[in-house]
Amino acid sequence: MKIAAIMKRIFRQFRRDKRSLALMIVAPVFVVTLLWLVLDTGEYEPSIAVIGVPAAMAAAMEEAGAHIFETDIEEAGRALRNREIDAYIRFDRQNPQVMLEGSNPSANSAVLRVLLRAAQDMNPLPVRPELHYLHGSEELNLFDRIGPVLIGLFTFFFVFLLGGVSFLRERTQGTLERLLAAPLKRWELVLGYLCGFGLLTVLQSVIIVTYCIYALDMYMAGSILYVLMVTFLLAMTALSLGTMLSAFAKNEFQMIQFIPLVIVPQVFFSGVFPLENMEPWLSGIGKIMPLTYGAEALQQIMIRGQGFSAVQSQVYVLIGFSLAFAVLNTIALKRHRKL
Amino acid sequence: MEGIVSLRDIRMSFGKETVLSGINLDVREGEILGLLGPSGSGKTTMVKIIAGLLQPTSGSVRFKGRPVPSLEQMRQIGYMAQSDALYLELTAYENFDFFASIYGLSNKERKRQIERAAKIVDLADHLRKPVEHFSGGMKRRMSLAVSLLHQPQLLILDEPTVGIDPVLRQSIWNQLHQIRESGTTIIVTTHVMDEAEKCDRLALLRGGILIAEGSPQQLKETSGASTLEGAFLHFGGAPA
Repeated sequence: MKIAAIMKRIFRQFRRDKRSLALMIVAPVFVVTLLWLVLDTGEYEPSIAVIGVPAAMAAAMEEAGAHIFETDIEEAGRALRNREIDAYIRFDRQNPQVMLEGSNPSANSAVLRVLLRAAQDMNPLPVRPELHYLHGSEELNLFDRIGPVLIGLFTFFFVFLLGGVSFLRERTQGTLERLLAAPLKRWELVLGYLCGFGLLTVLQSVIIVTYCIYALDMYMAGSILYVLMVTFLLAMTALSLGTMLSAFAKNEFQMIQFIPLVIVPQVFFSGVFPLENMEPWLSGIGKIMPLTYGAEALQQIMIRGQGFSAVQSQVYVLIGFSLAFAVLNTIALKRHRKL
Repeated sequence: MEGIVSLRDIRMSFGKETVLSGINLDVREGEILGLLGPSGSGKTTMVKIIAGLLQPTSGSVRFKGRPVPSLEQMRQIGYMAQSDALYLELTAYENFDFFASIYGLSNKERKRQIERAAKIVDLADHLRKPVEHFSGGMKRRMSLAVSLLHQPQLLILDEPTVGIDPVLRQSIWNQLHQIRESGTTIIVTTHVMDEAEKCDRLALLRGGILIAEGSPQQLKETSGASTLEGAFLHFGGAPA
């Protein structure tokens, strides 16, 4: 009853504050779209100048996806310095000399890839391996790989910020004190917030997830219901964490200061960057971060097409985080009323 | 005799700083008790202790014979803080509706009480307006009305008229007297002497110590001063 009253009030506030509602729903969609435009590209096609390279070799490189220019050494050197080309190749006594521009790793590897393919085409291997994929496919690109992490990250970030600031404002505008002077139990207040924002995050999750999968064509091998469930749980964790941490902020500005402390480290450890080569103790840090579990579960479902049994441990951890933060928040409210 | 509110040997310190000490006070049922004192004298701390928002370092507070705080008591206490404590983006009605639900009023009862409270503070025509469009005085009255919704037996008002023009201040005091007529006990803090005159009884607070207690008339007589200001200085031991 009182919890319902808090939920109703939160909805009414959002109805009048359309900008915050937009921050929660439109902003993640906007940012994911931008990343899609940036990341969802095919292979980079390098521009390579050739000097005295046999025509068959040049044709093979063109076949392998490069833009080939026939030129002389002076012109090639000038073009390389002006970054008009990524590399030039000169045949010197049968041995090809390759000069790379070198400042862009992805351009470098694209040049090397073209060279390798061209060389293979010219001298076919006696045995040609046949490729099979257990998960994903040949088409799986960077956007598909980190897409699940992005869904988790943006849900987490915007809910954390919005939930935290709303709860904080309750304190700064004095309504928290008024509520605690009323016969309202502390846990009722915390639960009211979780339920009110919880319903909004369901809406948010549905919109972001369907948009990513159907409009942006993010790689999706599993069930959308599991994706929604994990996204929702992640949002609830963000919400309970945000509202709890708001107890330690004096104003909105101090709430923003939690972003580099709470959000940014989670991004590093969540799987956007490969963790395989990291020191074990370092990657252990990720184990205390909610986003790690959410992102792992989302990748299991979306890329590897796993069902509930594969992600249940992550699901339980997320539920555990939410409960723990909610309880801690209830305890933190004791500062304002012992009862 | 123990009053509706009784404070016994209240001491309150925040860290090393002692804000209140040795406070003994009884509030009689149906009176307007004014807590008079300069800013920083501990008035707000004292009303927060009575409202159950702060726990005193030592001493006991009782409301209707039972120790404070309990949720049951909070249902019977109305508290208005120094800040307006309203949701600015919501309309006056939505604010009322929310706080009334928190006090557990039923649907029908909510409607009735909102109308009643809005009428008392003369805001009945502005219920559909978002509070952010209210003037400062309207917000103050609105805040007062919120603390009246659940018809509390004890009303605690922390500087209810601060920053309010004389006309409006007069009308708020008239309302307070009306509310008292219906049997409500009121505790009000103030640092304005002419407001203190309007209280039934005063408790003078200075540096966290209760320096005198009595009706405005009594205080003036005992101190031999013609004004409350003079009385305050007399009891405070300051050179008159």
